[in-house]
Amino acid sequence: MKTPVLEVHELIIERGGREILNLDHLQVHKGETLAVIGPNGAGKSTLLLALSHLIKKTSGEIIFKGNSLEKIKELDYRRQIGIVLQAPLMLDKSVYANVATGLRFRGVPRRKIRSQVDAWLGKLGIQHLSDRRASELSGGEAQRVSLARAFALQPELLLLDEPFSSLDAPTRAHLLEDFQALLADTEITTIFITHDLDEALYLGDRVAVLLEGHLRQVGPPEEVFSAPADADVAAFVGVETVIAGKVTTSRDGLIAIQAETLQLEAIADVEVGREVFACLRPEEITLLPCGEDIECDPSPPSSARNRLMGQIQRLVPQGPLMKVIIDCGSPVVALITRSSAYEMGLEEGTPVLASFKASVVHIIPRY
Amino acid sequence: MELIWEGIKQAIGLLVSGDAEVWQITLLSLEISLTATAISLLIGLPLGTWLALRRFRGRGFSLSVINTGMALPPVVVGLWVSIFLWRSGPLGGLGLIYTPAAMVIAQTIIAAPIVIGLTAAALQQLDPRLQMQLLGLGASRTQMILELWHEARLPLLAALMAGFGAVISEVGASMMVGGNIRNETRVLTTATVLETGKGNFATAIALGIILLLLAYLVNLGLTWIQQRNVTE
Repeated sequence: MKTPVLEVHELIIERGGREILNLDHLQVHKGETLAVIGPNGAGKSTLLLALSHLIKKTSGEIIFKGNSLEKIKELDYRRQIGIVLQAPLMLDKSVYANVATGLRFRGVPRRKIRSQVDAWLGKLGIQHLSDRRASELSGGEAQRVSLARAFALQPELLLLDEPFSSLDAPTRAHLLEDFQALLADTEITTIFITHDLDEALYLGDRVAVLLEGHLRQVGPPEEVFSAPADADVAAFVGVETVIAGKVTTSRDGLIAIQAETLQLEAIADVEVGREVFACLRPEEITLLPCGEDIECDPSPPSSARNRLMGQIQRLVPQGPLMKVIIDCGSPVVALITRSSAYEMGLEEGTPVLASFKASVVHIIPRY
Repeated sequence: MELIWEGIKQAIGLLVSGDAEVWQITLLSLEISLTATAISLLIGLPLGTWLALRRFRGRGFSLSVINTGMALPPVVVGLWVSIFLWRSGPLGGLGLIYTPAAMVIAQTIIAAPIVIGLTAAALQQLDPRLQMQLLGLGASRTQMILELWHEARLPLLAALMAGFGAVISEVGASMMVGGNIRNETRVLTTATVLETGKGNFATAIALGIILLLLAYLVNLGLTWIQQRNVTE
């Protein structure tokens, strides 16, 4: 088995006698993108700074390519990684000089700096900004420069701390798409910190959920979002039904998705053949029990384009509501009132028809 | 009014005629104050940087002492430097009293706190995350500090100008440790005091104008460098 690029063992960070971070174990493998998600104050930025060797740990071990960071010179380590912070802190120089900064620190020859910087300015679509002063850039442009500055170093490990959080929605969408393509192209091992679930789903090969300084779950996105490890993770991820599939048709903004054993329709502008995650909030799903008295037909005309036959796996009371977990081939989670559940006589094993409109399906493309 | 006009005419006359003594006084003033400013920079830039970037117990107290030092009265500096350099003083054996070297020492003590205090303030106003970003880009400590100086170059040049301005214009310390000895330690400020004392107001005004002109030219040069950085 290959040595992980980065490993963390029993990492504890305390500040002012208070424990900020306590991680049992974490591994990141070569070429992998790990998205670390968590709410504000969960310790995400502290984790990134600790992994960057920019703050001191209280105890534990961080291992980079098989060697403990304690045995590697701090500067040598930092010169093998790239860091992108939330605020694209630019130096008061030209865009070119900013992107060249890290290479200059490493003593890279001027000619090589030129070719490297030009290449990355091109890849991030900001070649035309090369001579512009960094202080004159928009937020989106500055973050592109910040990414070019990190990618130009060709790091073994790229660490990013919520780099898109301060951008407006359209700018963020464009940049995310370009960033995803660069990650796929370069196969740089990446740890991406975010509080945005869409970003985590979009970019992460695996997702790690950090809550109150503890890693509560690490796994593939569909697993974390559809099978949360505990109630806190479930409460944080909110979206409880995530179905992975492929777009089979796309017409007038309506797409059809083929998942493993079921078909869905959704409103989205995604090209045919693209792998996507279809996300559903539990309160958007309507249930109809099927049985001897009521015959369910999943195909009559209805305004709800999606009608899935399934069997109730579990019922979880939540105050006046009832969470119903249905096996439709993929797990689907619905949230209904408790009184509806009683009136319909729902119990484990009851066959039900779960229906929802195409417009409530949230589509997140993946690569 | 006539007195002032006479002073201006005399200043132009002294400058144009190339009066040897005035030129010697002017050059000595410049030499002493520039040397003191340069030494203050050598001491003040690293010390100010250290105070701005390091977190240690007593840092706030140290900064308050430095900030008080920025208002150090030149006569007090003159007094203490005189005591130390006086023939019977602790450093009397060096024979520095009433020499340009003594004046450089006194002026350095006046300018250094200004450079230290303003350097610390200039670096503290930078975004603290910039240090993290630079280290994250693979900067060594020295590379990081050089980049921070570059980022704060405008206020740092202002610190230099403030240091030079304080010493080129001070009279108390120069008078006390230099003694205002003709052709040896007489500088523009002490000469102006002397001429005023003798009632030669026109000469005093002329020397004052030369002093102002000198301060203006040096600051013009520094301002040019500073503003070139703004528009570069």
